[in-house]
Amino acid sequence: MSSDLKPSLAVWKFASCDGCQLTLLDCEDELLAVADQLEIAYFPEASSAMAAGPYDLSLVEGSITTPHDVERIQAVRRDSKFLVTIGACATSGGIQALRNFGDVEELMSIVYASPAFVSTLETSTPISDHVQVDFELRGCPIDRSQLLEVIGAYLAGRQPVIASHSVCMECKLKGNPCVMVANGTPCLGPVTHAGCGALCPTFNRGCYGCFGPAETANTDAMIAALNANGMGDDEVERLFHTFNAWSRPFRSAPVPVAPPIRKTR
Amino acid sequence: MEGLNTVGLVEVLTLDGLDDVVRVLRDQGRKVIGPIVRDGVITHDEFDSVSELPHGWTEDQDGGRYRLVPTGTDEVFGFSSPSTSWKRYLYPERTLLIRARRDNGTVEVVQPQPDAPAVAFFGIRSCDLVALGILDRVFLDREATDPTYAARRSDVFIVAAACNRPGKTCFCASMDTGPTPRSGFDLSVRELHGDGRHEFLVEAGSERGTELLATIASRRATTADLDTAQALHGRAAASMGRRMDPQDPPLAALDPDHPRWDDVANRCLACGNCTMVCPTCFCNATEDSTNLTGTEAERWRVWDSCFSIDFSHLHGGSVRSTVKSRYRQWLLHKLVTWHDQFDVSGCVGCGRCITWCPVGIDLTAEITALATPQQSAGRKGVPS
Repeated sequence: MSSDLKPSLAVWKFASCDGCQLTLLDCEDELLAVADQLEIAYFPEASSAMAAGPYDLSLVEGSITTPHDVERIQAVRRDSKFLVTIGACATSGGIQALRNFGDVEELMSIVYASPAFVSTLETSTPISDHVQVDFELRGCPIDRSQLLEVIGAYLAGRQPVIASHSVCMECKLKGNPCVMVANGTPCLGPVTHAGCGALCPTFNRGCYGCFGPAETANTDAMIAALNANGMGDDEVERLFHTFNAWSRPFRSAPVPVAPPIRKTR
Repeated sequence: MEGLNTVGLVEVLTLDGLDDVVRVLRDQGRKVIGPIVRDGVITHDEFDSVSELPHGWTEDQDGGRYRLVPTGTDEVFGFSSPSTSWKRYLYPERTLLIRARRDNGTVEVVQPQPDAPAVAFFGIRSCDLVALGILDRVFLDREATDPTYAARRSDVFIVAAACNRPGKTCFCASMDTGPTPRSGFDLSVRELHGDGRHEFLVEAGSERGTELLATIASRRATTADLDTAQALHGRAAASMGRRMDPQDPPLAALDPDHPRWDDVANRCLACGNCTMVCPTCFCNATEDSTNLTGTEAERWRVWDSCFSIDFSHLHGGSVRSTVKSRYRQWLLHKLVTWHDQFDVSGCVGCGRCITWCPVGIDLTAEITALATPQQSAGRKGVPS
């Protein structure tokens, strides 16, 4: 493929920690191949040379948390032929979506010395709440191999092989015994989207759901199992309320409402 | 006597004699795979000597629960179903089917030769041995023989082991699949334990089994040994924690709108654990991958589960979008339509799907409830 025909790549950041876009730079062995197949046109984290759009493939990291974000994501969408969200922030609102369960004014008064300078929305929301998304890649952070699979599939014009079933399936493909059954370790694997290769259960830890909800996640049955393994309601709430707290199945997990946050200063 | 193949050699071995069997198999160049303790469970892996087997361990298995428990004895085979089945050694989790390479406008497709290491299965339970027979029907006895399975299966040396301590989720006795192996083995071992004795009654079930057994220092089995083995068999058969009627209800007797389907769907996580641990579940997906430059492609076969949405994805979407429809598919295939397809039940009574279900769903209880007519919640004959 000659260079002038290369599809162009843009990498965008909204409210996020940068970990997912760094995953692209972490593709050390494959990075040259990526750069050979795609023109990296806009990637401020990696290069100050920023070409104007439109772009063939956009990777969008982060959630929408400010009035400025709301406008900017529309511009990104207009400039992108194929838009892929990467990571928990972009696909479900991220850890910062915990604000959605509380009072933002109150939170700002606790966190910032001068909240008057802060312009923020009351909620942190996924990209798909604002624009059409062509593919969502899960994880906090995303998995390097899965990112390469999405890019490779885009280049080949095929569907990416990204399973949406439970972590349990990956766990059993590895031959692991179930940590919940064998040790009574609370594990979100049965309701969590595959993609990590069952990293935590492989090391005898319970899954904490960083890839968000699996297809048809039955959170009611999951909570009953967590309770049966000795987890109290408050612990269950904390388990569901992390990086993917605002994803619909985890958000609606019927757990007690947390007590109001106390102002400490 | 239950399971005794009277044409084969029947000998009594000490623990050292049993170790000699392992040594001879290893000397034949085989990987000897058997039960070992790891990560808090009894699973299977390659081992070198009988000292690595789960001496003195049994398990407390129940719906959604597994704990290793010491027996307080030095029994080698004092457990029931290991956490993993044996299918992974014949039908691996991931199998490369083809590899293609594009170069200057030509495409070269290579079908790799199946990787078939010489192995021996040591200590396989009767339920799991019957499961291998079922997988043989699936992969070998059909119009299309599976080359990977055929290559791996052809030369497996099988040392079966009778089960003396069935677990709470076991029901091989009612399914007529155990607890003592009947056929399909080269050697079958029964552990004779108690009253200060620790010996192994070993029966040959094949010519090569007889040949191997003849090389091991042993003594001829006496009537008393056979009586002891028979008594252990009877005690094991009477201590199954679960039971199921092998004459599964005909499909017509099962109401597709029985309210129990909704009930089980509310409890089911659709996580797929039951199908992954099942010794007979064989469904798989085909995955294609390409490299970034588009010069290389691979096609892999990967274990799949009827509990995933993609499993029933046809043009336009999944035909089994609800958990209810997926659980119904699994149970009806396993217990009912499997008979039509393979002339045998898909269930061997190992109990793994009960133990390893994180919420302890018990197919023996479900099928009993489903076979009991109830007021239907939905319209007759309209699948939901």
